[in-house]
Amino acid sequence: MAGATAPAAFPYPSGDQRLSSWLDYTINGLIVGNVYALVAVGLALIFGVSRLINFAQGSIYLVGAYIGWVAVVQLHTPLPLTIIVVAAAAALVGLIIERFGLRPLQNSVRIAPLLATIGISFVLDQLVMLTFSPNPRALPSQLPDVRFQLGGGTIGPLDLLIAGVGITSALLLFVFLRYSKLGWAVRAASQDRDAAMQMGVDVNRVNQAVFGIAAALGGVSGMLVGMYYNQIDTAMSLQATLKGVVAEVVGGAGNVPGAVIGSLLLGLVESYGVAVFGTSYRNLFAFLLLVVVLVLRPNGLFASARQAPPEPLTGTFIAPSRPVRIPRWALAVAAAGFAVLPFFPVSFYVLQTLINAWLLGMLALSLTLVAGTVGQVSLGHAALLAIGAYTSALLSLTLAVPVGLAVIGGGLMSAALGTLLISPSFRLRGHYVSIATLAIGEIVSLVILNWESVTRGPIGISGIPPLSLFGHDLISPSSVYWFSLAVMVVLALLQGRLLTSHLGRSFRAIRDDDIAARAYGLSLNRYKSLAFIFGGFAAGVSGGIAAHLYSYINHETFNTQQSILALTVVILGGLGNVVGAILGSVALVGLPEVFRIAAEYRILIYGIVLLLLVRFRPQGLLGTI
Amino acid sequence: MAEQHNPMLSLRGLTRRFGGLTAVDAIDLDLARGELISIIGPNGAGKTTLFNLVTGLDRPDAGTVRFEGHDITGLSPERLAAEGIARTFQLGRVFGNLSVMDNVLIGAHTRLRAVKPAVPVIGPLLELGLALLRPASVKAEEERLREDVKAILARFGERLLPRIDQPAYSLSYANRRRVEIARALALKPRLLLLDEPTAGMNPTETAEMQVLVAELKAEGLTILLIEHKLEMVMRLSDRVIVMDEGKKIAEGPGEEVRTDPKVIEAYLGHGLSGMTEQESAA
Ligand SMILES: Nc1ncnc2c1ncn2[C@@H]1O[C@H](COP(=O)(O)OP(=O)(O)OP(=O)(O)O)[C@@H](O)[C@H]1O
Ligand SMILES: [Mg+2]
Repeated sequence: MAGATAPAAFPYPSGDQRLSSWLDYTINGLIVGNVYALVAVGLALIFGVSRLINFAQGSIYLVGAYIGWVAVVQLHTPLPLTIIVVAAAAALVGLIIERFGLRPLQNSVRIAPLLATIGISFVLDQLVMLTFSPNPRALPSQLPDVRFQLGGGTIGPLDLLIAGVGITSALLLFVFLRYSKLGWAVRAASQDRDAAMQMGVDVNRVNQAVFGIAAALGGVSGMLVGMYYNQIDTAMSLQATLKGVVAEVVGGAGNVPGAVIGSLLLGLVESYGVAVFGTSYRNLFAFLLLVVVLVLRPNGLFASARQAPPEPLTGTFIAPSRPVRIPRWALAVAAAGFAVLPFFPVSFYVLQTLINAWLLGMLALSLTLVAGTVGQVSLGHAALLAIGAYTSALLSLTLAVPVGLAVIGGGLMSAALGTLLISPSFRLRGHYVSIATLAIGEIVSLVILNWESVTRGPIGISGIPPLSLFGHDLISPSSVYWFSLAVMVVLALLQGRLLTSHLGRSFRAIRDDDIAARAYGLSLNRYKSLAFIFGGFAAGVSGGIAAHLYSYINHETFNTQQSILALTVVILGGLGNVVGAILGSVALVGLPEVFRIAAEYRILIYGIVLLLLVRFRPQGLLGTI
Repeated sequence: MAEQHNPMLSLRGLTRRFGGLTAVDAIDLDLARGELISIIGPNGAGKTTLFNLVTGLDRPDAGTVRFEGHDITGLSPERLAAEGIARTFQLGRVFGNLSVMDNVLIGAHTRLRAVKPAVPVIGPLLELGLALLRPASVKAEEERLREDVKAILARFGERLLPRIDQPAYSLSYANRRRVEIARALALKPRLLLLDEPTAGMNPTETAEMQVLVAELKAEGLTILLIEHKLEMVMRLSDRVIVMDEGKKIAEGPGEEVRTDPKVIEAYLGHGLSGMTEQESAA
């Protein structure tokens, strides 16, 4: 969501160079579509051979843009050399990701590679940010700044370059896939991986080839976009992943020509959408297209025939393990210990840190239910915080609802709205849920930014009243501490009770095998909804409390970094594990404070922790439930 | 056969194509109440696909499925489970992280009443509330189902009962198959579809399974069985249907079908993969 204000993720006409005619919008749409295609084709290739949506694709695109900057601005390379350098360097990054990030996970549970690409993406983005600072940079295009008249519109040399690179890459890819031996192996592996392996296809080499090509295309794409805009910044990464994935899903996951057509279509839809509604809503069109396609044609617009998944879909989604049993008395002692803490001479700083841990704990409880117990790995969970926070803030400010009730209202709104928004993706599996939640996170952030009459737009909401209970303001750190601790404990107890009910086993059954679950009468819509309702409430309450604590919120207060932090907490504690979620929150909030790790390194560390966990302890500290 | 006029399950012209391949080709079938029909045929004959069509996991391209006189073609699997159709899966689909008890309790899901009030719109919310509050009626229902599960597990002797709290992934292969059958029985099915229940089992285990299926049949359960082990098929079946390349190539009492030249040819044509080898295994 941090990307919502990104000035320049992909080429768009800005206000002053408003295009004059539909032809211009069409040309622009096709050029933009070309850029998307370079990202989406890579995603499609990777999906084809490994059934994996590579969430790190946007990060490679980002890396490509910055390598392009180094080449152009510092090394003064001529354009053709710049392109080659960028393609080669990006390909190298792709090969490293494949070799060290994904190959070790080949035989692990299905959730592992998904989490790994998410972790890799965060590590790469943070590395770029730490190396080059988050401030935008100019990336000059190395091409003369002229425009040619074409019918009613104009076209520049950069447009032609982008079109040329797009078409050349498509041709090269076609020749590679059609006429080379490795290309044949790639096609064989994407049709039937097992059969290809039996015929002696070296799957590792195929994966290498595919990741290398995908990364080279993605990197060049990032560089071109940077030149198109004459600006690059680190928010590009998430935007690129989102747009590439939308284009790929529209074209049908794993379908390479489909990805190209999906990209062009996405470019046109956005360009025309911008023509009619203005630029501030541009991302909305992409995500609406995604949601419409997911609902109406989940296999993409060009899926050949209705294909039921073949039966061997049995691999478990999460790592099997026996959860560590912690006796009730130990939990009660721990809770009591934390409850009496403010009576001891602890500093304000310690209480503040623990309050943050309790707020994160509520979010982690929500995510561990949704991602762990039901297996819907949400990447947009911070949106639930935002919904809860805005609802609670606005209820108390504009309708003078008592703060305690407003927070509950925030939880309810988050439960209702969050579930409604995610419901189109209920019949989808694994990766698609992650994409959909990522997109929904973006949509929520965009709506908050643009719906000024209600949310006050980019200005944000200030002067939010402090927490209060039965008319007493909770101002002192210890009262806030007790309040948030108590709310978290109540939510945790409720969730523990839920897990021991018939709903707990139903959720877990759906996660383990949704086909068998349906065959025994479990409606996916019904139970996924219930999980999101319960989880949405916890997250909304957390956001609501945060709003009253901060007294000021805006559309960036609750961002993707919080979603990823929560995900790391959940994996650390053990998927679905209630105690683990709280333990993980205390650890990930507390340890960086103990070791005084500077803020800008924290996300990098969370990403690395996530990767190490996926690789070496997928069941987390306390085990999956 | 008088009851053939009112069969429990009746398929007409059921067809499913995958691209150029017709996996199930115009299959007609009538299954009477209390009858046990076995479906045999070489690998890839379309048997499992036929099961998928009957249980709603896949939709036919043509043809109809009628169950107890109602057209159920293309209904969702969850609806069909509620109608009393239960199945097991050829490759085994237990819920790996759930205990044996929970696996079988999921089988009883369609029998939940107290905790799942049949109220439109707010029904799911009531379910959530009842699951958290757990009034006496809900507790009693859960207790009753747990007793049921233990009774079902007892049918497998000492195979499953001692492991009732173990996660399914830790069980032996044969025990996982048993859990699947227990789960299907917990639904209290009117129609039971078993897809190769003895696949991968040794002769002792196969014999045990055969006894169990015979008991179920004696109790009046209507069963559709896919099985490669012909010995078992011959003993259990009222009728046998032979499929090859999607088509029904023979139908009748076991001994008759066994000597049918078309059947022998179908198996021979597939490199003897089916009959002889499987038979010696059984
Ligand atoms: N989802 C699917 N997509 C494409 N083809 C499929 C699909 N499911 C099954 N098939 C094909 O349909 C044919 C019938 O398969 P099916 O699994 O029904 O056979 P079967 O009789 O159960 O075989 P077996 O004895 O090996 O279990 C096979 O050729 C199989 O490859
Ligand atoms: Mg089969």
